[in-house]
Order: sequence, then C-alpha cells, then structure tokens
Amino acid sequence: MSTPSVDAVPQVTKQIIQLEGATVRLAGDSGDGMQITGSQLTNTSALAGNDIATFPDFPAEIRAPKGTRAGVSGFQVHFASEEIFTPGDELDALIAMNPAALVTNIGDLKRGGILIANEDNFTDKDLKLAHCSTNPLVDGTTDGYRLIKVPMSQLTLLAVKEVTTADGERLGNKVAERCKNFFATGLIYWLFGRDLEPTLKFIKDKFGKKPEIAEANERALKAGWNYGETTEDFASSFKVDAAKLPAGKYTNIMGNQALAWGLVTAAWQSGVEIFYGSYPITPASPVLEELSNHKNFGVRTFQAEDEIAAICSSIGAAFGGAMAVTGTSGPGIALKSEAMGLAMMLELPLLIINVQRGGPSTGLPTKTEQSDLLQAMFCRNGEAPLPIIAARSPGDCFEVAQEAWRVSSRMMIPVIILSDGYIANGAEPWQIPDVSMMKRWEIPHPGPLQEGEQFLPYQRDELLSRPWALPGTPGLEHRIGGLEKDSLTGNISYDAANHQTMTDLRAQKVANIAKITEPLLVNGPAEGDLLVLSWGGTYGACVTASERAREMGLSVSNAHLRWLNPFPANLEEILKRFRNVLIPELNMGQLRMLIRSKYLVDAIGFNKVQGKPFSVSELLQEITRIVGSGNNGT
Amino acid sequence: MTTELPVLTAADFASDQDVRWCPGCGDYSILAQMKKMLPSLGVPREKIVFISGIGCSSRFPYYMNTYGMHSIHGRAPAFATGLKSSRPDLQVWVITGDGDGLSIGGNHLMHCIRRNLDINIVLFNNRIYGLTKGQYSPTSPLGKKTKSTPFGSIDNPLHPLSLAIGCEGTFIARSIDVNIKHLTETLRRAANHSGTSFVEVYQNCNVFNDGAWNYASDRNVKSDNIIELEHGKPLIFGKDRDKGIRLNGMEPEVVSLGNGIREDDLLFHNEKATEPSLAYLLSRMRNEDGFPEPIGVFRAVDAPRYDDEINKQIKAVKAQQGEGDLTKLFNSGDTWTVS
Repeated sequence: MSTPSVDAVPQVTKQIIQLEGATVRLAGDSGDGMQITGSQLTNTSALAGNDIATFPDFPAEIRAPKGTRAGVSGFQVHFASEEIFTPGDELDALIAMNPAALVTNIGDLKRGGILIANEDNFTDKDLKLAHCSTNPLVDGTTDGYRLIKVPMSQLTLLAVKEVTTADGERLGNKVAERCKNFFATGLIYWLFGRDLEPTLKFIKDKFGKKPEIAEANERALKAGWNYGETTEDFASSFKVDAAKLPAGKYTNIMGNQALAWGLVTAAWQSGVEIFYGSYPITPASPVLEELSNHKNFGVRTFQAEDEIAAICSSIGAAFGGAMAVTGTSGPGIALKSEAMGLAMMLELPLLIINVQRGGPSTGLPTKTEQSDLLQAMFCRNGEAPLPIIAARSPGDCFEVAQEAWRVSSRMMIPVIILSDGYIANGAEPWQIPDVSMMKRWEIPHPGPLQEGEQFLPYQRDELLSRPWALPGTPGLEHRIGGLEKDSLTGNISYDAANHQTMTDLRAQKVANIAKITEPLLVNGPAEGDLLVLSWGGTYGACVTASERAREMGLSVSNAHLRWLNPFPANLEEILKRFRNVLIPELNMGQLRMLIRSKYLVDAIGFNKVQGKPFSVSELLQEITRIVGSGNNGT
Repeated sequence: MTTELPVLTAADFASDQDVRWCPGCGDYSILAQMKKMLPSLGVPREKIVFISGIGCSSRFPYYMNTYGMHSIHGRAPAFATGLKSSRPDLQVWVITGDGDGLSIGGNHLMHCIRRNLDINIVLFNNRIYGLTKGQYSPTSPLGKKTKSTPFGSIDNPLHPLSLAIGCEGTFIARSIDVNIKHLTETLRRAANHSGTSFVEVYQNCNVFNDGAWNYASDRNVKSDNIIELEHGKPLIFGKDRDKGIRLNGMEPEVVSLGNGIREDDLLFHNEKATEPSLAYLLSRMRNEDGFPEPIGVFRAVDAPRYDDEINKQIKAVKAQQGEGDLTKLFNSGDTWTVS
C-alpha cells in the first residue's frame, strides 16, 4: 500500500454528476467521532448553500462496549439544492466504520446506494463483538449495493506517520488511528464535492492547543479526500448545488441553540433579564449550557439541586420580576408538576420547556418522541389548565421562545414549550434576523400606591390577566400562595362560590390566548378528502408527504398546530371541511384524543414510537391508503 | 437633602388577615417577636419578602404586611434562591418547620445552606406534624407515640443544627418561642448576618405535642437544661451558674465548678471559629444524654454568598465581553449569504 498523498491541493479530475440532493449517514462506534464528522458535513453543506436537515442518532451510553451493536452512533445529513424539511428517508450513501454499524444501518440504504466500509475493522474479533457469524462484507449482506471497501485505519496510520510532537515523538498507533473519522470525512467531502476549508479551520480551532493532533487530523482529512480522487473504486463524484433560499445571511442552527437564542432575544425585546433554573437532563441540557455562555446579556443560569428546585427557583425569580424559565425533559416535568400547578395558581409568567424524549419513565433518553402532550395538558392535580406551544423545527424554536414569552408576560401565566430530541439535536439553515427591525416592548408593572388607593393583586384586565406587582414597590405589599384565593384581594378564601369563579377565570384566561395568537393556516385546498393535522417535530415529514400527495393529484391538505392549548379559534371549522382527518404523531394518539374529545371529529391516527422521526414515504403510504392512490379523480 | 424614612412599628408589619393558629401555639410568639424586631432593622417594608412551604408555620407570610409567598411543601429555600439571586436588593426570609424543612424539603435546605445564599431561614421545630394532625416528624424522639406511631417511633431523629453545620452554614443559631428577649435578639442577629442564617426555634405545639420542650422552657428546670452561648465566654449554666462544660479530649463533659475546677478550664465559645467542629460539638449536646442544650449563636462566619457571586460573575463577563449584542450572537458561527 502506498502512502496516500496529503499535500496535494484538492482538485477533481473525474466526472462529476449533478444531484438535487443526497442523504448520507455516518455510522460507527460511539467513540469513533461520528457526531463530529456529521456536524462537519452539516456545516460545510450549509456553507455551500444547500438546504440541510439532520438526524443525529446516538446511544444513551457515553461509551457503550466497543464494537457492539448497542454502541453504534449515527449521524444522518440530508443536503439539497431545493427546500427540504426532513433528514431524508432512504440513504444515498452509508459510511460504516465497523460490522455493527453496517448491519444495523444497511436496511436504510437504498438499493444501489453507496456503502463505504472501513474494512480494517472487519476482523474476526470485530465480527464477534457485533454478533456476526459471518462477515457481512462477503456473505451477501451487501449484495445490491455499491460496496467500496476502504482500509481506513491503515491509510490513516500511513497518512499521519510523519507527524511528531514538539519533543520529536511519533504519535502512538492508538492516537493516530483515532484520526480515521477525519479520513472518512475527507472521503465523503470528495464524493460530494465539499470544500475542505471549513473543516480545516474547525480542526485548527478545536485542536490548536495540541498541534500534533491538529496536524494528524488535517492530514487524515486530506488523505481521505485524495484517496477518493485516486482510487479506481470511484468513477465519479457528485455535486449538489446551492438551494434557492430567500436572500439573506444564514447560519446553521440547532434546535436547543435556537431555543436559547430565542429566549435571549425575547428578554432583550421586553427589557428583562433571564433567570434559567434547570437540572441537567438529556436532551435539554444544551439549553442550560448555551444560556450559561450569555451572561453578558444578564442571563442568570442556576443549576439547581433537582428538577423541583429548578422550577421553584424560577418561580421565585418570576415573583421578583425576572423572565423566568425552566427547562427539562419528560421525567423532569413529572417532578415539576406540583410547582407547575402552583405557578398557574399564583398567575406569574414562566416558561417551562420540555425537550421530549422517548418515554415512559427513563425510556429512551437519546431518542425522539412526542409522547408528553397529554402530560403537558393534564399532569397537575385539580383544574389546572396551562397554555402549550410546540416548535416544529430547529429554527422555529427561536420564534416559539419569543411567542411563548410574549403570551406568558401578557397573560401572567406559565407557558409550556414543547420541543423534542429530533428538533433539539437537528440542524437547519437559519436566516439571521435583522436586529434593528425587531420589535421591542415594555412589560407593565404597577407603580407605588397613591394615597387612599387599595391594591388588588388579582384584579383582571379585559383578557383576564392580573397585575405583575414587584417586591420593592411601596404600598403593593401582598401575599400569594397555593391556597385558593379571593378573586380580587388574593387573600385565602375557602368560599365555595369564589372557588368556582376562580376556576372559571383561570380556564377562560387560557382560552383567551386564542384571541392574541394566529389562526390556523391550511396548506392546499380549503376543503377536500383529507386534512393532515400535525404538531411539533413531525412538521417536516407531514408537510412534505402532503405536498407529494397533492402533486399526485390527491385531495390532501395539511395544517400544523403551533398552540396545542388553547387550540386556534378556527380549528373546529377547518376540521369540519374535510371528509377525513389524519393525525400522524410519534406517540400512540395523544393529539387525536384531544381533537376527538373536544370536537367530536373521528380523526384517524398514524402512530409510531420507534425513537425515529416519520419517513415521508410511510406517511405518503398512509395518506394513499385513506384517499386512494390518485388517478381516480377527486 | 435627606429623606426622612417613616418610623415603623410592630403594628405596621401586621397584615389585615386574622391569625388562625390554635390558641396557645408557640407560633404566636415567634410572629410577635418578628414584628417587634423588624422595625429596628431600618429595612423598608416593601423590601422584605417572607417565603414559606406547607405546614402550620408556613402560614406565617399571610400575617406579615410585607411581600410574601406561601409556596409548596418543602421548597421554600428553592423559591428564595431564585428570588434572592435575581433581586439581591430584597431581604428574604424563609419560614419552615421540622416536617417542611427537614423531611420533604431536606434537599433544598441542605443546598441553600451550602450555597450560603443571603437569606434568613427560621425553622419552627415542634417535633410533630401539626397541620396534618399529629403524626411524628423527623425530629420526634425515638419511641414517640403518635397517631402514625402507636407503638412508638423507630426513626432515628434528625438534629437540625447538626445538619446545617454539616452543610457548613455560616450562621447557626437556636432559640425558644417563650424566651422572647433571646428570640428577638437571635432573629435580629440572623437578619444582620450576610449569608444564610439558620435559626432553629423550639416551638411548642400545645395541641399535638404539648410540653415537648418543657425541659428547656419551664422556668423551674430550664437553667439546668439549657446553656446560653456567648462569644468568647466560658460555657457555664445552672440556676446557681455552678456548672460548666469542659472538653475531655474530643468529648464535652459536664463539670461542677469549684473543687479545683476553674472557669479557665471550661470550654470557651468561639462563634467565629473557621472550622465548624466546635459548633458541631455543641449541636450534639442533648438533654437526653445529660447535657444542657445550647441556645444562642453557635456559629457566625463570613463566606462568599451565592446571590452575590452570581451577580458579580455577570458584571465581570460584561466588563470582559461588553454588553450582549444580538447581532454579534447571531453571527457567532459560520455564516453565508444568499443573494
């Protein structure tokens, strides 16, 4: 084997085939650096102007036993020259770093798709770890795919063998071999005509303190690229042009990051400072981590001793006038439930973020699901309605955070924000907003009491919101608490009629939110055979499948709910204009239950809980099952 | 120009709500001493917030004409943490009990104390669950017969001050509901301490656990059963002040003065000791083991405060990075332009 070239300036001499888009999955051991490789491919594709959607998929264990199927970590990237909403159904290319990665992922590779395998990791020992009785590279498993076996480990070792530390020491084999994910990155970059520069810069920034590691990774990356160019296994490479996105400046954004930025923006818009009380939990922790970086915006992050303290500290901060936010995932919401009820009872503004994951109990921490909707609706004792808003995509988290705060502070009510693991870890291009065009507003607080006035902390305005009187204001001293309170003074009241009044008021207050939020929009015809009704992270798949159905001539429309409580005022009227309503959800039918009970509409469910988002094709299949496959006129 | 602040009285701190504790409850005295003490601090009423959990003691905020929050069971220190961290200008009090603070809320109490948040925690210890009508609490003694322990409690009791000292609390004190002068002074010192002040008050529940603290409050026996701590003074007690506490190795022992034992041989109280060992040793002295139980300030030391640090860090980051700029934030990653 000759040493791969690492110095040549990348230049493609082979044939280039134009594609509209491609879906690539990198799969390897959880210690193989697949998440880094995947994020690099994402960023570089975004910088190339492609529209992108990603789906990182990793085990809950930080380092599951090496080489086992349980330890396989994957990162799927869909990049395209047209607008896309999903990370792609079938894979055009799969990179498998070991037998476990190959056998657990090959089912998603389309027939004739490219399969690149690191053949160095298919030894008897590797096969045994993956519980493969025969070698999938030779036993027929890969028949029908374009298998390209690459000795990545050896080529990586050769590529980095000249690298020495400051003391003149060569890198150990173990360290050197660890660079193979960058070899794979380089090879993929060649295959899809990606620019090496952004990743070279990333390597320099990330490993700058260890120049020898930076150099080794850089060499591995270039060696991978050059291998693609020189090996006879690849006759051609591919090209995906820039997508025609609206003009503007873009950056690549992930859901949790967008959520954090949205919160910071909402605080700036309304002239308040954030208090974020949280306890680490997958997949919500990155919101805490991101916010803790933005102290120069006055953000106070508090890593509490538990989920309960996280929300209670936030409620305390809300009482004091902060923009109080607490973030967690389903199990954390379970612990916060009592405090959520109190916050509702106190009528203080508060944002409660649930980045949903697979449940029940500890469930599937790193996998996505939207099975906490009914928990958000009903997890509290007593009549305790709370407004719920759900983000539909990574970039949408930015908007949702702002809208949630606008409603929460306007209505003096806690708002639940639902995101999910798929949105949280997924990435998409995000058009950077013009800050000078952003609206700013002021949150009113009552001032000191004038002579002869009486302050009534639970006196309401036209939308039933109450005044946010801050401690420190002379004359407004008042007590709030979880006991039922008088409808004006807020003092304890066990009066029967008053309890009914307060219960009605609190319910009506949530209902009033529909008056200050957008009505539901329908994509496609205003009436017809089928309405696909979605919420949350399934937006992309539902919108794409519905569009395809319309392209097939089917009478299919779709609508996406942003507010789950209250529902938009025009929802009932829309539902009744369609012969069928299909509600696809990554749960066992939670929105469907709410829609059926509220509107008596016999909605059809399409449900799965497999830790994965919907594929467009399975949705399309269900749509055609309901309305026929077209050609029969509508 | 100077603005003259109105002089407040105890009555100014009374809310318009009727106090609904049982007649004869020790809580009345604590409420009265609090109202009496607060005007002396010179803190405007609107700057004071009382936060409580659930239980008899936790009704306290409703009776104070300050800002207040009656929260959920055991969590008052957590609410206080968020409030004080974002509003360090406020004086925040947490009112809790032995069930609220030590049982369901033990975790928050522990973390609040170790963070040294600048708040004042007053724990009303009546060694019983009162509001739920008489079940044993984490401070009920072994063998205690209650509604839920008809054959006697088998739960080893928790000692609030030992716990607080274990969390390296910076202000640890104890007083007694009926010892009104001492209680007022202890609350005043707690209010003036910078950092978490933790005050245990022996409080009598005359309905469900009457007389639990008789040994410490009955004028006939109390001088033999309690010992008043004074910084820099030897530990002397007894009706005739003829008994003292002496260290024998690592162990305290009760000795009689005279017969060659002089005051100088006794243990001298030092509330400023950096190491919490002395305070801990004092918190372990129990009536049932033949010791007088100390009241007063066990420990009062300075340490960084969480509410101060969280705000200092924000100032420091702002000084270093400048005020937050959204445009800069949005452009902090790789960007590209579509024309």
